Parts: sequence; C-alpha cells; structure tokens
Amino acid sequence: MSKQLNVALIGNPNTGKTSVFNALTGLNQKVGNYPGITVDKKQGICKLSRGVKAHILDLPGTYSLNASSLDENVVIELLLNKNDKDYPDVAIIVSDVENLKRNLLLFTQIKDLKIPTILVINMSDLMNRKGISLNIELLETKLHTKIALVSTRKNSGIQELKQLIEGYKTISTESCLDTTSIDTDYFQSLQKAFPNQDLYKLWLVITQDANFGKITRQELDISKFKTKSNQELKRLQQKEAIKRYQFINAILKEGQTIDRSKATDLRSKLDRLLIHKVWGYVIFFIILLTIFQAIYDWATFPMDLIDTTFASLAEWVKNTFPGGGMVTDLVAEGIVSGIGGIVIFIPQIAFLFLFISILEESGYMSRVVFLMDRVMRRYGLSGKSLVPLISGTACAIPAVMATRNIENWKERLITILVVPFTTCSARLPVYLIIIALVIPEGSIIGLNYQALVLMALYLLGFGMAILSAYILDRILKTKHKTFFVVEMPNYKLPLLKNVVITVIEKTKTFVFEAGKIILAISIILWVLASYGPGDKFNNAESYVETSATQTIYERDDQIAAFKLEHSYIGIVGKTIEPLIKPLGYDWKVGIGLVASFAAREVFVGTLATIYSVGSASEGENIDTIKTKMANETYADGTKVFTLASGISLLLFYAFAMQCMSTLAIVKRETKSWKWPILQLIGMTAIAYICALIAFQFLK
Amino acid sequence: MRLTIADLKKGEKGVITDSSSEDIPLKLLEMGCLPGNEVHLLQLAPFADPMYLNVNDSFLAIRKETASLIVIEKIDE
Repeated sequence: MSKQLNVALIGNPNTGKTSVFNALTGLNQKVGNYPGITVDKKQGICKLSRGVKAHILDLPGTYSLNASSLDENVVIELLLNKNDKDYPDVAIIVSDVENLKRNLLLFTQIKDLKIPTILVINMSDLMNRKGISLNIELLETKLHTKIALVSTRKNSGIQELKQLIEGYKTISTESCLDTTSIDTDYFQSLQKAFPNQDLYKLWLVITQDANFGKITRQELDISKFKTKSNQELKRLQQKEAIKRYQFINAILKEGQTIDRSKATDLRSKLDRLLIHKVWGYVIFFIILLTIFQAIYDWATFPMDLIDTTFASLAEWVKNTFPGGGMVTDLVAEGIVSGIGGIVIFIPQIAFLFLFISILEESGYMSRVVFLMDRVMRRYGLSGKSLVPLISGTACAIPAVMATRNIENWKERLITILVVPFTTCSARLPVYLIIIALVIPEGSIIGLNYQALVLMALYLLGFGMAILSAYILDRILKTKHKTFFVVEMPNYKLPLLKNVVITVIEKTKTFVFEAGKIILAISIILWVLASYGPGDKFNNAESYVETSATQTIYERDDQIAAFKLEHSYIGIVGKTIEPLIKPLGYDWKVGIGLVASFAAREVFVGTLATIYSVGSASEGENIDTIKTKMANETYADGTKVFTLASGISLLLFYAFAMQCMSTLAIVKRETKSWKWPILQLIGMTAIAYICALIAFQFLK
Repeated sequence: MRLTIADLKKGEKGVITDSSSEDIPLKLLEMGCLPGNEVHLLQLAPFADPMYLNVNDSFLAIRKETASLIVIEKIDE
C-alpha cells in the first residue's frame, strides 16, 4: 500500500516557486481548475526514493494568509480545510534569499496552522553577489523547521529538498509565535465559544470574512461571534503583522548578515533606463512592435502550414470514405475544419505567451505596470490592464483570463468588458479580404492605403476599448475601494524551462477551453448549412438551370450555392436581411455574420461557399472569392460591395461581439450572465450604429 | 504639518510613524508598511504617480492616493 504524500508549495510571488515546482516534477505535471473557479490548479508528481511518490500542489503565489484576490483565496481555503483531499501532509514555503524578511511573514502564518513546514531558500546562488550570509542552523532552531538552500538556476539543493520531504514526519509542528497575545481577552472568549477549534484558524476565518467574505467550505458558524467591528479587526491585524515582523527581525538579526558594500546594483541601473520618463516608453513601444511583428508576421508561416494541412486532411477524409454520406461530410466539413479553426491560432497564442512569460519572468512587466498605471487609470483601468489589452490582439480569451491579478474588482471588470474591442487575430482574415475589395491600391507619401486602413482599424479597436472603459468608469458604481500594490521584483534572466512550460500550458488551456466551444458551434453551423426544409433544398439539382457552356465544376458550385440559400442558415440570413439592409449588406453577408459567432474568421470560408467558389481551400482561392464578391450585384444591378458597405462591414467587425467563446469565459470569470449579456448587447449595438452611420453617410 | 509618503521627493527617506488608516490595504501592511520601518522613495512615474518605494527591504509601487495615507517623519541625510 502506498499512501499518497501530499505536499503543498506555498510562497510569495516572484520567489521562483514555480521553478522549484518544475525542478521537483519536471514535465510530470498537469494544470486543472479548482472547482467552480478558473484559477489554475497545478499539480505534479515527484518521485522520492524507495518508490515513494509525492503529490505536489503548486498553490497560487500569495503574500499572506489574508486573501485579497481569487487566486490567493485558494490557498487559505485549502489550508483551513483538513478534509480536503489535497490538504498537505507537509508544506514547503519557497522564499527568495533577497526577500527573506518579507517571505518569512507567510512562513510564520503557515507555522501557526501547525502544519509541518519546510523552508526553501531559493536563489541561493545570488548570496555571494549580494553579500548575504546565513546561519542555517540557527534559523532552523529558531523557526522550528528544516531549511533547504536551493538554486533552481544552478540546479542545486533539489536532492536535499527531496530528502527533507521524505523525512517530513520529523519536522516540528510547533508554532512560531503566539498570535493570541495581540488581544488576550478577545481570544479567550473566542476559545470559550469554540472550545474544540484551533484559535489561529478561528482568527483567520473571522478576519477573512471581514476582508473578502469568500470562505465557503466552512462548517463553522462564526456569525454569532461578531463582537468586533471591521475596523477593530483591521487594527488587530496590523498589530499581528507588527508582532510577526518583530519576531522575524529578531531572528534575522542573529541569523542573517548582509554586507551591502558587496551588492552589485543591477536593479537601479536598469530601472534608471527602463522606467525613464522618455526612454521607458520608447523601449516599451519597441517591445510592443516586436510582439506584433511576431504575432502577425512570424506566425504566418506555421499558420499557413496548418491551414493547408487541415484543408488536405478534410479532402483526404472525403476521398477516403466516399459515399459515406452524412457522417463523412460531418467529419470532413464540420469536425476537421472546426478543429482546424482552433489549431490555426496556436502559433499566435504561443508567440504571445512566449513574450509575455519572458517579460514577466524577467521582472520587466511590473515596470510597464508602473509606467502605465497613471495613464490607464484616467480611463478606469489599471496599469495591470495592459497585459490583457496586449493579449487581446491575439485572442480575447487568454486576455480575459489574464485580468485575474487586478485586485480592484471595478478595474478588473472594466478590463474584461472592453478587452474584446482590441483587434484579435480572428478579425484579420475578414479585414484583409474586405480591404482588398473596397480600398483602392495606391499610396500617399510612400504609405500604402490598404496598410493604412488596416492600421487605422487596430487603433480604432484600442480607441474604442479605452473610450468604453472611460464611459463604464462613469456608469459603474461599486463599493470596492481602490487598491493597487505592485511588487517590483529583481531583474533576472528568464529560465528557459519555465518559459517553455508556461507557453505549453497556456496554449493547451486555450485550445481546450476555446476549442470546445468553437468546435461545437462549427458543428451546429455545419448542420444548419447542410440541411434545409422543403423541396428547394432537397432537390436543388432540378432547380439549377444547366447551360451548355458551364463545366461540371461550375454546375456543382452553383448547386451548392443554391442549396445554401435554401438551407436553415440561408433562411436565417434572409430573415435578418431587413435588419442589416440599412448597413448595406444582403442576406449572403448576413449568413457570414451569423456564422461568425463561432469565430470571426469563419466569415471568409462561409462567403467562399455562398459565392460558390466551391470546395478548394480558401487560401489559394482568395482572388477568386475577391473577384466574385467584387462582381456581386443586387437585382437592380448596383454592386453589393462598395466603399460604403465595405467600410460599414469593417466597422461592424471591429466592434461587434461575435465570439461565443469569449462570452463563455467572461461568464465564468465574472460568475454571472449579466456581464457577458451586457457585453453582447452593448458591443453589437455600438457596431450596428457605427456601421449604419458609415454606410448612410458614404453611400 | 503632517507628512506622508506622498510628500517625499525622489531619493528622499523617511520613517513610518502611522499606518493605521482604514483605507490602507492589509497587503501593504504585511509587506512592511508598518510604524518604525524606513521608506526610501526610489522613483516616480510621470505625474508623480505611482510611487516606487523601498520599504522594509521590499520594493513596491503604490498609488499616490494610498501613499498619502501613510504618515512619516523625514530623515535628513
């Protein structure tokens, strides 16, 4: 029998906790979700000697056991619930040798929960350079713990750590200090009310309710024990923090010496440049340009490859299972192209996370937050909204998830609501074809008109995001206080292993989260496009006139187009035609709009079918679609795609909320249907009005 | 006159004398913004907001609004 050994990794952000996790588990890890919330739950297996396996849980980074965000709350909920299957047999507190003082605050809190605790002092390779020396023996005695000096960069100390985990039973569970002395009377009466409970645990439950109010899995009814006001509790918490630091300072005075003359000061040198009033912004702008270059240029090569691979895969399915009828068609046109529609985004998403994780690992991201906070705040956002807004240029889904570290609920909510305005990569194929269609070639002072329009659309997306944030900031009323604390971590070279693992994990999350929905909708759309009521759909062949001059392929294409017109989705397109007529679109464009709800780039493929370009892959046929669209006319001979309707369509795609996957993620992140519905209606209304004005004005 | 962190100029130092205002987030206290600890104002973002500090050996940035709640005594070098 092998009883599973549960280990929880706990630590402040920026201590290299994840590096320790990666060092212990290697690629032997998986990321899941905590039930009901979208905080990543990272777990892995670490093999110890004699076949013992430790189950390692990497808890979200936190500064203390008083949660101020959803992520941090996970830590406290687990540690307060002994019945949780993940409740640790041993806790590992990861600290950073340069921030030992602050890191030990969390350590003393965990110790007070009487969990056997190992202290990892990470980045020990920096000790020499920073002139730090530690008396490990003394620290171990005073803190009632075992210490592992680890350097994940030099890959040292991990074996020692594994040995300590194995011997966890010998680690003391004695607490570090007596919290109850901050108000003896209060704690005595508390103990009387709950004689069987641990006092520190009770204290945590009571104060969490005062601050965050999210402790769920609690059997304790503390409501009858509300004898202190929130202000009094806060005062006690301050007393507690002071007491803890007194304890820590006393120990570090003996156990740690820092020779500051030895410290080389990389931080202030780099800060002088990177957060300079001018150069700071210039450097940030250059980094942004590089990211865009990567997403829109370097990523095109693998994307084209994926596109052609999936097109030929669909073709292969069709040819390999001939006469398979419905099932073959479903697989080839519904499922394969549905999956293709997800996989195609992987290169861009991977590039995006590559940059973001390098910027975060290196410590640069906090500097950007610092530089931009004031500017962003004017529009109801936070400096921390910047990462989501940048991510939004690849895809709104990871962007919405990246808002989690914004502590202030109002700023977080506004960020989530406006992020879908940024030009995500799914809009790009639509923009490209419409621009090619309605914007004339030619240039002004060496700048290509078409490129200018594309750039204008990007700026428009950002502009609309900022403008709506500004408006939402005025409208939304919340009782939450502003709250903004950013740690400015030390600069360090990103660890390749960490970057790679982050890129893989984030990309995987995107593929599975968004993938499910995109796939489901592609199948529904396929069904709607492949079936229709009545004779016109089922007997399309007899309705399409044959002429001697046409080839068999042209006839097939015409039949396909006729069928689509009388399929369910065609009926939908015709039904909404009166609604979109004032914007300058006909029912065919309407079908494209409806289909875009799966993912916007579906628009091009759908139009290809409607304009009976047929089964060939869209890449090769882009000119054909363009020509057909350019020649498309209404019954009276006027063209469908003119400058007016083209601009109107571009504006509609720029602003409309056409992504079900994003709505689903927004629902999960805000825990309510209210916000995604508001987003859907609000954004689509803005899109409609802008497109209407543009068309009516230009026509 | 009551001095706060918000009154510090770039490069100046002070010692915290009071951080008990209810509007100071607990997180900040736990990072070391406590009476008796030294504050060093390292840099300011444009418009002097946010402020980049070293408190209790922690490097952090807070908004001016919050900084103006933390009472200090200036240290003259």
